[in-house]
Amino acid sequence: MVTRGFAGKGRAGGEDGRTPPGQHLVDDFPVLSAGPTPKITPEQWSFTLKLGPKPIKKWTWNEFNALPHTKMTGDIHCVTAWSKLNTAWEGILIDDILADAGVGEPPTPYMLAHSFDGYSTNVPLKDLTVGKAMVALRYDGKPLSPDHGGPARLLVPHLYFWKSAKWINGLQFTQKDEPGFWELRGYHIYGDPWREQRYTHD
Amino acid sequence: MTDQAPWELRGEWQTATITRIIPRTKTIKSFFFALPQPFTHRAGQHVDLRLTAPDGYQAIRSYSIASALSHSGELELAIERLEDGEVSPFFHEVVAVGDEIELRGPLGGHFVWSATDGGPLLLIGGGSGLVPLMAMARHRQQVESTVPSLLLLSARTWDDVLYRDELLKLQRLANGFVLVLTLTRDLPRREGDYSRRINAAVVAEVLARLPSPPKHVFICGSNPFVTSAAEAALAAGLPATIIKTERYGS
Repeated sequence: MVTRGFAGKGRAGGEDGRTPPGQHLVDDFPVLSAGPTPKITPEQWSFTLKLGPKPIKKWTWNEFNALPHTKMTGDIHCVTAWSKLNTAWEGILIDDILADAGVGEPPTPYMLAHSFDGYSTNVPLKDLTVGKAMVALRYDGKPLSPDHGGPARLLVPHLYFWKSAKWINGLQFTQKDEPGFWELRGYHIYGDPWREQRYTHD
Repeated sequence: MTDQAPWELRGEWQTATITRIIPRTKTIKSFFFALPQPFTHRAGQHVDLRLTAPDGYQAIRSYSIASALSHSGELELAIERLEDGEVSPFFHEVVAVGDEIELRGPLGGHFVWSATDGGPLLLIGGGSGLVPLMAMARHRQQVESTVPSLLLLSARTWDDVLYRDELLKLQRLANGFVLVLTLTRDLPRREGDYSRRINAAVVAEVLARLPSPPKHVFICGSNPFVTSAAEAALAAGLPATIIKTERYGS
């Protein structure tokens, strides 16, 4: 349905093909979160890889930072309809986390990311591996700020950005695809921006 | 971050018709939508609006619902005009009564409150961040709840206070709803109001006006506003687990 009198000005100028349907580009970096921003010091920080309830390996801040660092630059898409192009991140690939923990054959095909504030979000393992996702420690050349999820956040740029859990403190293999915080509150179980999977039945 | 789940959200787009437009402040207007498929929303939820240009380009934005539950199928959104915006200037300058706008909802299952959730309730809003909190205050009034509630509302000036007269009226009912205004570029007009930014001291002082510590805290506004108000609430001793935030951005 054409809206009377609407011409629109959010089209991607010269960046055709990089903005998913219904998204508009922003230059700033909007902040969204469900509660107060947690303040986590490096001493308090840790990251745990689990199979169900059982820890596989736990890293301190220094141990985690000693893993191989990888840079990723790409576009991110928030379900609230903004997209930001060419964002530059640095962190630890999920591949490198699994390798360091000695996980060869993945025990299950699903993962749930957990955060310091109680947030969680589910992502299939295949969307986290083969260089597709990382635990980001730096944004735009600087340590990740608390309002953007610092000290560390998940980065899964090919899915809507609520999947990129802020203030991450662990990844957990689950037997089935278990909905996380927003997935239990009406948002899509997978969240592909190119298929506009915003809400449960999209 | 604990609340009830799961909630099923309504996903279908419907074509709503603008029935009324009411200017509220210099920068905010209320738009009333008649829904062909009326729904029951919870206070604090939002809808998505979708605008389509003749060439097929679409813009989607989320707006909080200002109205309490309505059985008439009419929904109120209060839209602030953002300079350089794409959708809000369109609403302020182009949209007229009788226009058809695509809308889906109700959406969002976290930043919501029902009278049955109980209280006391602390609402902290900045500017048009009042909108979802207004839906909560209206819902509370609609169901004749006496849950002790305090709204701490920040605005630039007295005339920038969205729904000012309605809020003053709610307080005059003396059924447990307290309004505290803080005007960042104006003098306080009423006893107990402020003219400064919200900090831990302000939050601590207004908490004393509730009969007991709040069970639920909702904070809504711009990102800097929510960040500083949430820090103020934490510094005033409120636990992070009872604080829910919503930030207005792009």
